[in-house]
Amino acid sequence: MRLSKSIAAALLALAAAAAVAQVPDPTLARNLAATCTNCHGTNGVSQGGTESLAGMPRDALVRKMQEFKSGTRPATIMHQLAKGYTDEQIVLIAGWFAAQKAPR
Amino acid sequence: MKRRGSESSAPMQRREFLKLAAGCGTAAALALPGCATTVGKSSGKVVVVGGGYGGATAAKYIRMWSDGGIDVTLVEPNPAFVSCPMSNLVVGGSRDLAFLTVGYDNLPQRHGVKFIHDTATAVDVDKRTVRLAGGGELAYDRLILSPGIDFMWDLVPGLGNADAQATILHAWKAGPQTVALRRQLEAMPDGGVYALSIPVAPYRCPPGPYERACQVAWYFKRAKPKSKVLILDGNGDVTSKAALFRKAWADEYRGIVEYRANHVLAGVDAATRTAKFDVQDDVRADVLNVLPPQRAGAIARSAGVVTANDRWCDVDFLTFESVKVKNVHVLGDAIQVAPGMPKSGHMANQHAKVCAAAVVALLSGQPPNAAPVLTNTCYSMITDRDSIHVCSVHQWDKEKKTMLPAPGSGGVSSAMSELEGNYAFAWARNIWADTLA
Repeated sequence: MRLSKSIAAALLALAAAAAVAQVPDPTLARNLAATCTNCHGTNGVSQGGTESLAGMPRDALVRKMQEFKSGTRPATIMHQLAKGYTDEQIVLIAGWFAAQKAPR
Repeated sequence: MKRRGSESSAPMQRREFLKLAAGCGTAAALALPGCATTVGKSSGKVVVVGGGYGGATAAKYIRMWSDGGIDVTLVEPNPAFVSCPMSNLVVGGSRDLAFLTVGYDNLPQRHGVKFIHDTATAVDVDKRTVRLAGGGELAYDRLILSPGIDFMWDLVPGLGNADAQATILHAWKAGPQTVALRRQLEAMPDGGVYALSIPVAPYRCPPGPYERACQVAWYFKRAKPKSKVLILDGNGDVTSKAALFRKAWADEYRGIVEYRANHVLAGVDAATRTAKFDVQDDVRADVLNVLPPQRAGAIARSAGVVTANDRWCDVDFLTFESVKVKNVHVLGDAIQVAPGMPKSGHMANQHAKVCAAAVVALLSGQPPNAAPVLTNTCYSMITDRDSIHVCSVHQWDKEKKTMLPAPGSGGVSSAMSELEGNYAFAWARNIWADTLA
């Protein structure tokens, strides 16, 4: 039940982000994604020990973040960090990483 | 970091090199497709002072995000980057200085940053120039100061001279002092006392002193079990991860660590390694480690951007530009922080990205990002492999015109663990690469 709820939330956020996407700042998604890269590597290419986000399908990353947010996905730290981002920001971040080349 | 080499394709490196050699926007650049015809492309000269977590990240990201259009010069006196985060492991003896050291080579080679090994001694904010100790001046359109901290020796009577400073170490800037403190601990006989004086907040790295106490205790527990770690804290309580540190001292380091609050250092006697206090009794130690009160590095003073308590630099968090001096940005430990924002290496890296995005936008006539986000993630090593964390997310608040912790976000570990120890080392590997590679 909770899982489907979080997916619903993610879909809502996707719709919201579609609206956001019309809006001006084309660098917003890039700038938001850069808040993740201290730990997940520049442009989402990890140096190891954390997950590479580059090339991860957008919806998969949105779902993960929503699961961290709702607490259904176990974590040491990501549940605390995910709660700091709005649903719209998560969609922008996920969209930006999805567009990056996955590490070989 | 060593693995990064394969990810950066050779053509990209060649293109970066050509841009560096020719300069984008000049006639020579016309030969480079994708460079000459971009509309609204950023250009201009940026000088970055300080190659730590803030400055190095800013230099790299401005080059990356301007697609090589902005000319970036980084001024740094040290030949290599030595990380303060993780340096307590060197004090504890489970790692060496090489582990903390990363070269600067990738910044020029991969990103076309002009790297100058020198010390910036003065800023002329009217002429927009930076003077170098080695002679010469650098002109800038925008100046980014990431000067770290200076120590306020005048607030610690008895510690103002070089002899005293060679006996009573701070080891709060990673490098020779880190190794020297380790040697003092190694030379100390079993049964001795290591005392650590912590200044009143704000200071660089709030949990750092308590992590250091753990690392020294880790060493004593194994090698010198009759020895003591005595924390003399100028603050009324442990300033970060308090419950977790107290638990470590009560369990893991029972009988080794003693914590004393409200011990504001009033002076030292270097000859006898004695810490003096106004109210409490003096403390004589075998190894006395003093973290003096701190303020923004001296170059900030020269630029006239020290605006808070004569110690820190107030900035506009949308750009990290000084609230007082136009075209001068300040990053890292030197700034006057917003509520809940620690002075940490992770934060400095995040400041740098907001600043880099703003500088790239401003130099192409665009407004800066109106809704920046900053995160902080800070691991403290309790043993050589177990760690705890504190983290936070900070969102721009339009009404209050500052960064505020996002409601409901952030927190600390439930308990120390080896899993988080693994994440701490992964954090280090990744942030060193994000900053320097």
